[in-house]
Amino acid sequence: MNEGKYDIIVIGAGHAGIEAALSAARMDCQVLLMTMDIAAIGRMSCNPAIGGTAKGNLVREIDALGGEMAKIADATGIQFRMLNKSKGPAVWSPRAQNDREAYSVEARRHVESQANLHIMQDMVVQLFTEGGEVAGVETAAGIRIPCKAVVISSGTFLNGVMHTGLKSRIGGRFNEPPAIGLTASLEKLGFVSGRLKTGTPPRVDRRSIDFSQLEEQPGDQDPEPFSFQTLEVTKDQVSCFLTYTNQRTHDMLRTGFDKSPMFTGLIKGIGPRYCPSIEDKIVRFADKGRHQIFLEPEGRDTNVVYVNGFSTSLPAEIQCEAMKTVPGLEHVEMLRPGYAVEYDFFPPHQVKLTLETHLVGGLFFAGQINGTSGYEEAAGQGIVAGINAALRVKGENPFVLSRAEAYIGVLIDDLVNKGTDEPYRMFTSRAEYRLMLRQDNADRRLMKYGRKYGLIPSDVYDSLLEKERYVETLSSYVDAKSVPPAAVNSYLEQVGSAPITENEKLSQLVKRQDVSLSDLLKLEYFRSDSLPMEAAARADVVRQVEIETKYAGYMARQFEEIERFEKFESMQIPDGFDFRRVKSLSTEATEKLNKVKPSSIGQASRISGVSPADISVLMVYLH
Amino acid sequence: MLDNNDTIAAISTPPGEGGISVIRISGANAFAVADHVFLGRTKLCEAPSHTAHFGKIVDEQGGLVDEVVVVTFRAPGSYTCEDVVEISCHGGYLVTQRVLERSLSAGARLAEPGEFTKRAFLNGRLDLSQAEAVADLIQSQSDAAYRSSVRQLSGELSRKIKGVRDELLNLASLLELELDFSEEDVEFANRKALQTRLEDAIMTVDELLASYSVGRVYREGVRVTIAGKPNAGKSSLLNAILGDNRAIVSEIPGTTRDTISERVSIKGVLFRLTDTAGLRETVDKIEREGVERAKKEAKEADILLLVMDLSEHDYNGTEPLYSELEDVCAREGVKLVRVWNKVDLYRTEAPRVPQNGYIFYVSALHGDGIDSLKNGLFNLVLGENLNESSVVVTNARHRDALSRARKSLGYALETLESGKSGEFVALDLRSGLNALGEITGEITTEDILNNIFSRFCIGK
Repeated sequence: MNEGKYDIIVIGAGHAGIEAALSAARMDCQVLLMTMDIAAIGRMSCNPAIGGTAKGNLVREIDALGGEMAKIADATGIQFRMLNKSKGPAVWSPRAQNDREAYSVEARRHVESQANLHIMQDMVVQLFTEGGEVAGVETAAGIRIPCKAVVISSGTFLNGVMHTGLKSRIGGRFNEPPAIGLTASLEKLGFVSGRLKTGTPPRVDRRSIDFSQLEEQPGDQDPEPFSFQTLEVTKDQVSCFLTYTNQRTHDMLRTGFDKSPMFTGLIKGIGPRYCPSIEDKIVRFADKGRHQIFLEPEGRDTNVVYVNGFSTSLPAEIQCEAMKTVPGLEHVEMLRPGYAVEYDFFPPHQVKLTLETHLVGGLFFAGQINGTSGYEEAAGQGIVAGINAALRVKGENPFVLSRAEAYIGVLIDDLVNKGTDEPYRMFTSRAEYRLMLRQDNADRRLMKYGRKYGLIPSDVYDSLLEKERYVETLSSYVDAKSVPPAAVNSYLEQVGSAPITENEKLSQLVKRQDVSLSDLLKLEYFRSDSLPMEAAARADVVRQVEIETKYAGYMARQFEEIERFEKFESMQIPDGFDFRRVKSLSTEATEKLNKVKPSSIGQASRISGVSPADISVLMVYLH
Repeated sequence: MLDNNDTIAAISTPPGEGGISVIRISGANAFAVADHVFLGRTKLCEAPSHTAHFGKIVDEQGGLVDEVVVVTFRAPGSYTCEDVVEISCHGGYLVTQRVLERSLSAGARLAEPGEFTKRAFLNGRLDLSQAEAVADLIQSQSDAAYRSSVRQLSGELSRKIKGVRDELLNLASLLELELDFSEEDVEFANRKALQTRLEDAIMTVDELLASYSVGRVYREGVRVTIAGKPNAGKSSLLNAILGDNRAIVSEIPGTTRDTISERVSIKGVLFRLTDTAGLRETVDKIEREGVERAKKEAKEADILLLVMDLSEHDYNGTEPLYSELEDVCAREGVKLVRVWNKVDLYRTEAPRVPQNGYIFYVSALHGDGIDSLKNGLFNLVLGENLNESSVVVTNARHRDALSRARKSLGYALETLESGKSGEFVALDLRSGLNALGEITGEITTEDILNNIFSRFCIGK
């Protein structure tokens, strides 16, 4: 630590804090990463897994921007799966089981080897401002550290309280103290805070599980890495196992309801509906006879197993007894009980699309403090906050991703304009331009930004440009090529597609349901033809051309929508515009607009309570 | 969301009854749109600015919708500074709506409230000091449009549209469930079932659309046959009903040389009145022919107006003429309206309220009771069409939304049938929902997720 030399202080070294600190440091800012425990950097608080539906897309996007999550996940993954592979490419999503300890160690290694990035173990208790802008922080040890910008990524630590049964303890995570003081300091500056809740299931000893009767869920044969820069991930994978609760489990759980902090009203914060506790599930879906449980290993060299689907805050002994009614867990030994945790968040209408707060210049929020849930959602915000903090320090234009170019854009736009009253999680259905925001093209969508800010090395970017050239070559070949029946009919027959009687455009064949471009290109006819071999030999290139050809009609419709969308996004609303000046706006619209302070007409139109008529009025006024 | 480049159309005269109505079309394609629906001596796209042209608005089959006068304004010499065509048609709710609807199906988009004025402003036609006034206008017109659409959406129509929307919301949820929650232990809908449900929803949308565009009343007006003895005052009643509102009167040859059809708009509904006047024969023969002619006409009518001299009041019902007509009406489903004429000769004032059924007392000569009769005719037609027999879409804005929804749902069904993955179906299903949302209120991602979380146990 060296007082007076930091541009940016990042508070909290979880998934958001790591990305924020690394990106800002790589943008040549002096960054201080504050953590209450250096050993806890990058700790996975809950599920030992990265990715999943829509979340996997977020990870790819973070990677394309030059973030770390994908690389850490690739290095520490013990099982890799591509979800939704039976569906269209837009909803494929990579997911990995990770070694919990290895993940944290790897994350810390990345942080510690980064130039310009400094670490300090202490708790920030106060934020100082000067003229409405960040001036510095004060720690619990009484140290005052000046800086130009602050990113707060506090996770579940702000005034965290954990519940198991009727026993509550203060703390942000198992065996870790809460962060006290910062919420009050922010409230004093005029910020409004709220309370959310999340939970985690019990952990059990692998040696006490009878796997013989359980359904095995192995990883993919041919695992795909998260990062566009990772060439290969381990094929030596570990399996998860699937089992189910039953009526006896539910009866046992019910005996603990009178000691449930949820049902007795001890917990006030709102929890996520998509990740309910097991007691919540059996109450809300009483007629459902069983609920699935995934037993996920927490690493290669550990006996700790994560009981996914069994999140609970019932008393510890009830948790253990209930698990013993589940097939395979009859003799289970519980290593530690599940718990619920309540923590402070700051309703996200208080931040801009850059994640800088409206109230204090240079103060950024990222992750659970904005009401989200999930490592990937946190990391996505972290990198945006880090880039923008650095840009602010350098006096450069801010960085905002739109809904049409990234899930990260959808995420932040939703938070800012719609707010959230439960921990917000990403789903593919939240993205109106889902067909374009695929995991396979995150590099083609976003790497230009990573390069622009110096987060993507030039050789990596060059290989993207090369890929683009190949895509273009192959794409024009597929569009122009006319194929004779003799060349493809036996293949078509083989895949159950109608044979052709006269020459057919290659692009038309690719549009057929069962036809694959990569299979076609392997046919003898194309080998002897003027086929651009280098392009055709690259699986990632063929995949891009195949998707864009197969679904051209849908993408064209989606593209039209995007063009309409972008027109309104480009109509700027001046910073600090007082919507009360526009007298014709409805009262509700004026109030909402002044609260969210949208920066464009498009953004204004997505705020609930703002009608199309209000938007017309605004356009007339601002023209 | 508003778009500033496309061509828009709307009725520019105030809603309600008037001699003429003006439909204004503005935008780059205004002339092309107008040429698509207008048949005149000159092509409008070749016509100079600020010229008026007489001609016809025709429907898809080339049938006459109305005779109109069209005025051209070339950019920037128009209200909006864009190419503008103004169509002056005969006043009246349905004719005007029909002309508007033709313009919309020819490629124009229904203008948002205040959009012409907004364009005028954005194109520099109005100065900045008028911005506030324009803004006020948009807001107030939108409020009015909202209130009127809420009013119009009462009852069965609203239930029907909401039913479709809820069903589509459920379908969208089932599709999203499979995409976002594929790892969950929930039952996914089978494709065939989804397809059937989508087809049903499309059928309902088709019915709603059909109620707008195919309804005979709307296309052809209400056919009314006036029957009665020669001295009952049929002609004077016809003239009394036409009154000062002879805006649409024109002579159209009837099925026989002796039949005359007149058109009149009553509260916006077009009525075609056929009078069996002009017979100059001996009394017996007149009666005989009158009955035959009236019976023939009655079969093709929606309403039979039976005109009787009040002096017959004491022995009505016994005449063979009347009972035969009653039989025909009952058999053919034609509504029979009895009009006792010449009340001025026998009473000082006409009884204004029908006593029972469709009975009216009038003085065709002095005009007493004519308004009450006209109201009665209007209620007889529209009252039932709107409330009882079937659901009818009458608002062009609703029709516009429904037809866009239909288009998207068609795409969605095609995709579903082709066996493609759910996200492709969802793309167009969502567009369809958004279109319906313009009538019933928007559906957001949050609504779909709420629906999923309330129905399925999610939480791996």
